[in-house]
Amino acid sequence: MATNTQIPVADRRVPVIAPGHTFSTITEKISNIVLSRPVSLGWIFGFLIVFSMMNMLMMALGYLFIKGTGIWGINIPIGWGFAIVNFVWWIGIGHAGTLISAILCLLRQTWRNSINRFAEAMTLFAVACAGIFPLAHMGRPWLGYWLFPYPNTMNYWPNFRSPLVWDVFAVSTYFTISLVFWFVGLIPDLASLRDRAESPLVQRIYGLLAMGWRGSARHWHRYETAYLLLAGLATPLVLSVHTVVSFDFAVGIVPGWHTTIFPPYFVAGAIYSGFAMVLCLAIPIRAIYGLQDFITMRHLENAAKVMLATGLIVAYGYGMEAFMGWYSGNQFDSFLLWNRFHGPYRLSYMALLACNIFIPQVLWLKKFRVSTGWLWLISFIVLVGMWLERFIIVIVSLSRDFLTSSWGMYYPTKWDWMTFAGTIGMFLTAMWLFVRILPMISIFELRTLLPESQVHEAAEVKQ
Amino acid sequence: MTTGDSPIYGLMAEFDSAQELVDAAHKTHEAGYQKIDAYSPFPIEGLAEAIGFHKNRVPLAVLIGGLIGGISAYALQYWVAVITYPVNIGGRPFHSWPSFIIVTFELTILFAGLSAAIGMLALNGLPMPYHPVFNVPEFAKASENKFFLVVFSSDPKYDAAHTRSFLTGLAPRMIAEVPS
Repeated sequence: MATNTQIPVADRRVPVIAPGHTFSTITEKISNIVLSRPVSLGWIFGFLIVFSMMNMLMMALGYLFIKGTGIWGINIPIGWGFAIVNFVWWIGIGHAGTLISAILCLLRQTWRNSINRFAEAMTLFAVACAGIFPLAHMGRPWLGYWLFPYPNTMNYWPNFRSPLVWDVFAVSTYFTISLVFWFVGLIPDLASLRDRAESPLVQRIYGLLAMGWRGSARHWHRYETAYLLLAGLATPLVLSVHTVVSFDFAVGIVPGWHTTIFPPYFVAGAIYSGFAMVLCLAIPIRAIYGLQDFITMRHLENAAKVMLATGLIVAYGYGMEAFMGWYSGNQFDSFLLWNRFHGPYRLSYMALLACNIFIPQVLWLKKFRVSTGWLWLISFIVLVGMWLERFIIVIVSLSRDFLTSSWGMYYPTKWDWMTFAGTIGMFLTAMWLFVRILPMISIFELRTLLPESQVHEAAEVKQ
Repeated sequence: MTTGDSPIYGLMAEFDSAQELVDAAHKTHEAGYQKIDAYSPFPIEGLAEAIGFHKNRVPLAVLIGGLIGGISAYALQYWVAVITYPVNIGGRPFHSWPSFIIVTFELTILFAGLSAAIGMLALNGLPMPYHPVFNVPEFAKASENKFFLVVFSSDPKYDAAHTRSFLTGLAPRMIAEVPS
């Protein structure tokens, strides 16, 4: 980020930018991806696939709006099903973007400068995907605005004591602030694109978006202040969002949900899955667009380390859940523990333990952290594992609660799967377009990493 | 910063490095020029101070925005839960303040964050569809790798010939008149 110009590009480690770059080469390399690189057949082919997946989402939602939520596998006792599983999963993925852009900015981690832009884009798209699920799950999504407090003829107001209302505020604030943060970060780069665009139309579009940015020292000064304050605001915000999501569970009395460990455990899991998604996207993107100079092995290795650390926190969370199941002496809690290991969903639980706890431990070995193939595979496994975690939390707890007579099983229908796969398509469609129409790496923040950007005030002029 | 009768907005000097720009900005400011500005492709530490810019009101905007957001969120919840739509939820008091903290917090962040972005843009006078500095063709490099210093013709000390010779003394790459 812009304010940390005093931190030297570190010492003996791999530098955050490969040597030999100047302000011009950085600008050229990143903006040319948008401005002059021809559209490849591979891009078109991939786009057709992800766009068809997105259309599958449209069909699934269209049919849902006609028929209602009965087309899904949800029923009593499992009323939440895939909708909430996917909602929590997507929101969690978004968290890594804000962590990279805001928290690492406050911690002055300069390596974040090359991955924050597309990680923030990832946040926006993931939160957009997440938002679909609670809306679709409402049954009458066209009445979704009832969630907001507004004067109406029914004289009705939301119940502010409900975690579901907190969720509305947390998620919509999160989306708005992420969008603002992302756009503010884009303004100087949009000006660079404006000044480099050949075609008048393209120039005009980027010019409109850049809003007349001219790089004045006064502007930069206010800009940096605003950016730093936004980072400072986004940091507690991102921690609060998954905390509030976890309250949706923790405030309920269902065994396995009603625990105080949920907020930190959810936040750690969110960052865990988010970094996995960052790696899953960054590894192919840097190879396809030749960005190894900017997204170096050091970036990937750092992301792998964050993943390992948050994965251990998640493992601690599982351990603590199991411990409390036994130590509380509560028969329902201890039954939940037994049910996870031996009940009808035991295979999912075993897969969860393997994906989230055991397999990622190979990241302790440098060999796996510096191999892009392995890293991609492990990240993918973590994404699967974190999805299973939400599945276990939602489904297993609801399927067998206090009364044996109210037990039930959950079987997702093809519409559940189509909606889930469809949001992946929507996410990837947005990503596909993003890498071609906006600079996917922050150009001006990379410039500040070059030694030439460092200024020493000369004694004779300083007085 | 309008130029009045003069069709010239100011004199622009181009530099090759951030260091040269900061040094030149210091010297120009110390030579008594008040209405000057510097342009760079990335933020440079100390450059704003070098051109004599100290008043940054973005933090104040954020503080005010945050306070408005927080206070109005809490007031709304109090008014809804206690005055206009009191509902007994599990026997809790109507004014069950711990439940109201989260929405208060979220709206504080929302308003403060929007104030940061909108306040920054408004104080910077953006969006601005037209600005004279873009009339100089070389200025396109200000968003890539070149550094510019402009002395506005509205400066009391501005004098076309004298200012030009002063700027020449700073050894810029080139000097150009900025048509307004």
